[in-house]
Amino acid sequence: MSKQQLAASEQLDVVGRKPFPLVRALVFVGLVLLGITFVLPFVWQVLISVSSLTDVDLLTQLGYPPDLKPENYGEVFEKVEFARYFFNSIFIAGWATLLQVITCAMAAYAFARLSWPGRDKVFFLYLGTLMVPGVVLMVPNFVIVLRLGMFNDYLGLIIPAAFSAYGTFLLRQFMLTVPSSLDEAAAIDGASHWRIFTQIMLPMARPGLIVLAIFAFLFNYNSFFWPLILIKDDNLRTLPIGLMAFDSTYGRDTPLIMAGSLMAMIPPIIVFLVLQKYLVKGIQLGAVKG
Amino acid sequence: MAQVTLESVRKVYGKDVVAVESFGLDIADGEFIVLVGPSGCGKSTTLRMVAGLEEITGGTVRIGERVVNNVLPKDRDIAMVFQNYALYPHMTVYKNMAFGLTLRKMPREEISKRVNEAADLLGISHLLERKPKALSGGQRQRVALGRAIVREPSVFLFDEPLSNLDAKLRATTRTEIKRLHKRLRTTTIYVTHDQTEAMTLGDRIVVMSDGKVQQVDTPLGVYKRPANRFVGAFVGATPMNFVEGKIESADDGLWFTAPAANSMPGVRIRMTDDVSGRLAEHTGKPLTLGWRPSAMSEHAEGKFAIFGNQITLRTAVVEPLGKNIDVSCELPDGSHVLARIDAREDFPVGEDVPFYLDMDHVHIFEPSEFGRNLSHPART
Repeated sequence: MSKQQLAASEQLDVVGRKPFPLVRALVFVGLVLLGITFVLPFVWQVLISVSSLTDVDLLTQLGYPPDLKPENYGEVFEKVEFARYFFNSIFIAGWATLLQVITCAMAAYAFARLSWPGRDKVFFLYLGTLMVPGVVLMVPNFVIVLRLGMFNDYLGLIIPAAFSAYGTFLLRQFMLTVPSSLDEAAAIDGASHWRIFTQIMLPMARPGLIVLAIFAFLFNYNSFFWPLILIKDDNLRTLPIGLMAFDSTYGRDTPLIMAGSLMAMIPPIIVFLVLQKYLVKGIQLGAVKG
Repeated sequence: MAQVTLESVRKVYGKDVVAVESFGLDIADGEFIVLVGPSGCGKSTTLRMVAGLEEITGGTVRIGERVVNNVLPKDRDIAMVFQNYALYPHMTVYKNMAFGLTLRKMPREEISKRVNEAADLLGISHLLERKPKALSGGQRQRVALGRAIVREPSVFLFDEPLSNLDAKLRATTRTEIKRLHKRLRTTTIYVTHDQTEAMTLGDRIVVMSDGKVQQVDTPLGVYKRPANRFVGAFVGATPMNFVEGKIESADDGLWFTAPAANSMPGVRIRMTDDVSGRLAEHTGKPLTLGWRPSAMSEHAEGKFAIFGNQITLRTAVVEPLGKNIDVSCELPDGSHVLARIDAREDFPVGEDVPFYLDMDHVHIFEPSEFGRNLSHPART
């Protein structure tokens, strides 16, 4: 151990206690076990995705597949319109996310910064809709979408997802933490509400916008039930629905489902990796005395 | 450049929370006005009404000749500096200062000229490419000043701009603001709760409390002739001392007396002839004697050598300040007063010590918190 490490190991914790080695060892072991339980399902999924259908049962007894079958991944593309589903999922989730962030940010600004009669009552109504379970709304929403002629259409998946009471709530709370003296300074400088919104509030609320974007993308990308009842055409299907083709009345092809699901996980992981650095970057520092 | 006029301005929140009540003031072109008072006295609200950030419930505000009650902040030709600086954190210092000019569609060369001039003036030219988070508190405040200056407005509004700075920086920035005002001569309204800032900066001071104007006068005018007991207690480096008693008439003039108690001597001070005329009608009524701790001496010399200006107090605690000492003394009624006198070693503690008052700084007030100054009525 270097001198620095030695010094660090003898440091006291925040309440002035020396860390007890046994406790630390136990915590370490506990965390490792916890880590394994999180990772194991993924390892399992990867193993199944490269096994043949006949070997799947072996794996359920925690065995190792005798023959690896990486061709499964290609087969997913051959047996169903997997590339098309991929495109559909990303297209729909992308548009829904973009629109949702825009509408929520504008609504949040109206709730956080504009004063209009009944504002807070309307906001509580917004919040009230969060208490209603989504399943309850499924039928009325379906009827509305049907009448609007959006059944079996991208629009039916994108438009209802373009608004979110939850997102409005999230961004409103975020905007409330932005000091009002900033918009006041901008107003005196000559900025209109639109300019304050776009040039002051949106940059200030960027971490909030990114959180909402991640949530919205994941939610719409993973959405299952709504696309299931709304989409009939095969070439409009999204990934979660498309993968169901491998689980039909004629049998379940578990390795292909696993291979498809693994590939389906890639976009959300990319989205998260790209956006997370903005997430931690506190841009609000320095606005006011901090 | 413009004068600012407020006529019976009133602000009510909700139905009955009165923040500002019948505020009237004429601010001359180029004048530096300081609104001062304890927190919640309505000074910031008044400033924000001038800025247009707060609706005016009643009365009129004029900037120049124009009534601005219903004019948007951006069209009032004002610039404001906020307590928390309110810099745009995602913009560089340059862009922060240029923002208002860009919005007014000023040519780029003109913007650059103005920003650079202001930055020179404030000594922040080397910071123009930095973002606010890379600046110290003092630098941020100077950027905020710069943002106001480049606009070349007819009125500057300051809302407690120095409150977030440490004591030393506060003093230097204060001097800087005064220097800037001398140079730019822009009409300025400055809000603070710090009476030192008010005294040092203002051409005139507006002392406020409970949403009402208590007194408007020059710094020395407010100091020498406080309109009421509140102003006396609020303005000045040390709060005024007060003792309750009454005026009695004797052969040799009017005397303010407070009874002896708890084995401590009472108070008996002779009113000087120039104020006696005003006090005669209040003989026998309960009144308050107020005087400044700095207007006290151990020795009856010079201005302290007047008949009947001696007050004997029981000393309790001595605090050395350097040139002076602050002596906390007890009064017969149990309250405490302060004496700021020339420093000396071994000042007796726990004894009855005679002090002499500078009668120019002794006032008689009506007894309530806002009791009027009867001996030295304020100029109106």
